[in-house]
Amino acid sequence: MSYLTEHPGRVAVLALAHIELVGAALIVACAIAFPLGLFAARRPRVASWLLGALGALYTIPSLALLAVLVQLFGLGPLPIFVALVLYAQFMLARNVVAGINGVDRAQIDAARGLGMSPRQVLARVEVPQALPVMIGGVRVAAIAAIAIATLGGYVGTSGLGVLIFNGLTLHQLSLIVAGSLAASILAIVVDALLRLVERRARNALG
Amino acid sequence: MSDPAIRFTNATVRYAGSDRAAIDGISFDVIPGELVVLLGPSGCGKSTLLRTVNRLVPLDAGKVEFFGSDVAATDPVDLRRNIGYAIQAVGLFGHMTVAANIGVVPSLLGWKSDAIDARVDELLTMVDLDPARYRGRKPRELSGGEAQRVGVARALAARPRALLMDEPFGAVDALVRAELQHELLRIVRDLQSTTLFVTHDVDEALLLADKIVAMQSGRIEQIGKPSDLLDHPESDYVRTLFHSGDSLYREYFLHVRAEMREQ
Repeated sequence: MSYLTEHPGRVAVLALAHIELVGAALIVACAIAFPLGLFAARRPRVASWLLGALGALYTIPSLALLAVLVQLFGLGPLPIFVALVLYAQFMLARNVVAGINGVDRAQIDAARGLGMSPRQVLARVEVPQALPVMIGGVRVAAIAAIAIATLGGYVGTSGLGVLIFNGLTLHQLSLIVAGSLAASILAIVVDALLRLVERRARNALG
Repeated sequence: MSDPAIRFTNATVRYAGSDRAAIDGISFDVIPGELVVLLGPSGCGKSTLLRTVNRLVPLDAGKVEFFGSDVAATDPVDLRRNIGYAIQAVGLFGHMTVAANIGVVPSLLGWKSDAIDARVDELLTMVDLDPARYRGRKPRELSGGEAQRVGVARALAARPRALLMDEPFGAVDALVRAELQHELLRIVRDLQSTTLFVTHDVDEALLLADKIVAMQSGRIEQIGKPSDLLDHPESDYVRTLFHSGDSLYREYFLHVRAEMREQ
């Protein structure tokens, strides 16, 4: 705790680096998972295959996955970035599928019956209606990513993990506690913010 | 006699995994401006038949023509934008205001926004909702009857050539239903709108229909004016459905029908 108050500047720099890494990974992860999820949502067989594969990926221990990725990409930010993108896929895609499949059938029937093309039904009805659930997926993925991103400290990436792994190397408990605490606070804040966005979206839906 | 607005010729639909056809060789004409009620118990194929007109259900055999053109040869999106569609579950889009819901087909057709606004106000007035109060509301802020009025307004928005209604008043209470039935008759008469209306409610069919198509198990039992079905039932099914021989029932409905049409 004392480290946080004594070195606020250092912690802030690492926290910002942490946010940057997680944010960038989530943007890339959404860019992959949303189209995948939308494609799978109306194809039950594709969906079960896709979510099965992503779920299996999700069960690989993060340290083991990171070790493999370091073999492929070397040290630095790339392996942890790729790991974050991969881990987020399951929760993001799953919530897109669940969100789209949960849309009120009557609204879809009306949309088709009134003459929306399949693409218009998706863009004007299904996605807006599924948005809260999709945002929920982003929220869960973001929290997990904030935790997993601390492993970046082990492979030479800036972020709050640096404090934890330095603490481990130097046998300084205060560093480990500071890094863990800062990451937890970050996760709680992000969770609260995205909950707010989710609620806004839900209210807008009516 | 004018050309039919809708012509069914041997229309047949089989759903996968079902041993009998959902609709089996249905043939009849709907004349322009006519309100035809498809009447029967659930599972008789009346909704399936309705949905073949705007190609929400594809035919397995036979033909449906809409103002002379085979619907199977018409682009389904274009076809549907020319046919109003209202359903029991209403299906108002929850993330859009009442105005945006009603304006959805005009906006798909590329109308200018002031033309859409004017049309929305006109339609809200037509379905007896004050535009100033209702334009900006969300569907969740409407009662069941109000939502159904908005659903009817949405179906009529782009001046469709025909109207398909699938048990539109099935989910509202009896008083509101009577009100909506009155208004539908007035609107349909004012607009000279060709309407295909599905219900399982014999009373509703007797009140609204110019012509009733009584269906059972995917087939037509009898087609005719309400008085024909009341006075000359051609099967036991129709006889039971219309309480044949109960002169009080007959008189009551013929009286209320006439009264509804005088107002």
